[in-house]
Amino acid sequence: MMTTVEEGTRLQTITIHGRKVVGGKAEGEALVTRDTISGWGGINERDGTIIELSHELRGQSFAGKVLVFPGAKGSSGWSAYFHMTRLNGVAPAAMIFERMTTKIALGAVVTRVPAVTECEPDPFAVIETGDWVSVDADAGTVTVVKKGGRAAETA
Amino acid sequence: MDLTDYERAMLDGEHGRAKARAMDLLVRYGEALGAERLVETNNVAGAFNASTPSVKHIVERGMDSVFSELNLDSDEVVEVPRMAASTCQLITGIDNDNWKLQGASEELIGMQREAERYLGARGINMFATCTPYQVGNVPVKGEHCAWMESSAVIYCNSVLGARTNVEGKESTGAAGLTGRIPYWGYHITENRYGSHLIELDTEVDDMMDWGLLGYFIGYAVEDEIPVLQQATHQPNLIKLKHFGAAAASSGGVEMYHIPGVTPEAPTLEDAFGGRKPREVIRYGKAERKATYEKLQSASDRKVDFIMLGCPHNSIEQMELIAHLLTDRTIHPDVQLWVHTPRAIKQVADRNGYCEVITKAGGVVMSDTCPAISRRLPPGVRVIATDSAKQAHYLPAIAKVDGWFGSVRQCIEAAVSGQWNGAV
Repeated sequence: MMTTVEEGTRLQTITIHGRKVVGGKAEGEALVTRDTISGWGGINERDGTIIELSHELRGQSFAGKVLVFPGAKGSSGWSAYFHMTRLNGVAPAAMIFERMTTKIALGAVVTRVPAVTECEPDPFAVIETGDWVSVDADAGTVTVVKKGGRAAETA
Repeated sequence: MDLTDYERAMLDGEHGRAKARAMDLLVRYGEALGAERLVETNNVAGAFNASTPSVKHIVERGMDSVFSELNLDSDEVVEVPRMAASTCQLITGIDNDNWKLQGASEELIGMQREAERYLGARGINMFATCTPYQVGNVPVKGEHCAWMESSAVIYCNSVLGARTNVEGKESTGAAGLTGRIPYWGYHITENRYGSHLIELDTEVDDMMDWGLLGYFIGYAVEDEIPVLQQATHQPNLIKLKHFGAAAASSGGVEMYHIPGVTPEAPTLEDAFGGRKPREVIRYGKAERKATYEKLQSASDRKVDFIMLGCPHNSIEQMELIAHLLTDRTIHPDVQLWVHTPRAIKQVADRNGYCEVITKAGGVVMSDTCPAISRRLPPGVRVIATDSAKQAHYLPAIAKVDGWFGSVRQCIEAAVSGQWNGAV
């Protein structure tokens, strides 16, 4: 796996393979957290910010971002709150997550954004906040352009 | 996913558009999970009520629009028939009696009442509590359920031995209409065995102890299955209600075992299904103290608001609060709200507990809580609560500072206006 990452770093783009949770294609800037996310009581569904007091992303918005996170925790309002982010136009562009639960499966389904899980190589080893990430959930592929890599391409 | 002929017929619209949309959601959801099939359920506890300003624009298009969008994730507005499964409403946003004190408008209470008429006519029972198991919905061991409310789910799986995952607004709507839910996770015996052994090395006895232990365990195991060893005191409904709510808030615990206490763990070996624990975690005095400190988000000892009854109080908790408040008066700068299911409030009224609490200056609330409603008395800066769950969520939701302690410490703070809790 490390070989892949090192080769990818040199090329500035890395491809990750995963299992489709919700189909579709989307791209955006990555927002990466190692902390699980609460829906109800953990996010503000009106602007897409994380509000949980002890969360490392507290105050940051996932609206339009490719959210990379371990999974969902907390209240059963998870799906309803992410559902509301879609209705309010502040949903993430796509979701990449590690741990499958009913909260996140239903949440991803009703947010209606491309979502993948069971990714290889480990997305946390590859993706950093600010990287440009394209998710093709139907194909089960995630393409990562490292921060700076994209600027170099377009320069 | 494998569907039965009946499920296929529902999906194809042979039993009406509402069931077709419900099946469409269940199939999308089941495939997202990787479930192979659905399972029959006749016990659904969900959130169907419309009583928050954020859904007003949908309510204006009619209650079928609300149910279609929020309970079925359907763009098509369907006519919603009577529920196929026994279904109840969990906690709601507004107290039907105390809505003015909550600062709700005539319009919102109007919305809530309209929603209740609509849901009532479709067989959705208005328990309006986070604790349906306190007011008549007590599933039997092995019963497949589709419940929301993380504190109720953990109670249902662990204490009752019934089987449910943490469902959501949309999946409970679909389950109510079809009597089906994905056969995944906690519906399957293999997934119900313990993973982590928690060795108790300090006394865990009163409700606050159990709340602290639950809050610690949630952080320690996230959404795995803890097994408690060396529990020195027999817990009861009240203590396990608090323990589970806390563990489900700090982590995502949906099931636990206490050998000799919970129904699927006659022995420690049964709890782990014959396997070895993946990890052993010790809970002693130091862990208890650190957890207590983690729950305190306030520094100003002058409190404005005391919140009791999360999860909703049992009748015994109502009696204790009335006892502690007899012939006493709450500090003029403090407001005390005590929350209990409406069915239990009737008994508390009959016993005179509500009169004692009200005479002391408190308010007995039903149907809701401040975290769900996002409604507190105006100007509140510092709260105190006996609930680890409320201490976890309310500061984030309502931008207040919070103290956590025992019910006695909370009542003393209500009377004196000062927080003096400590461990």
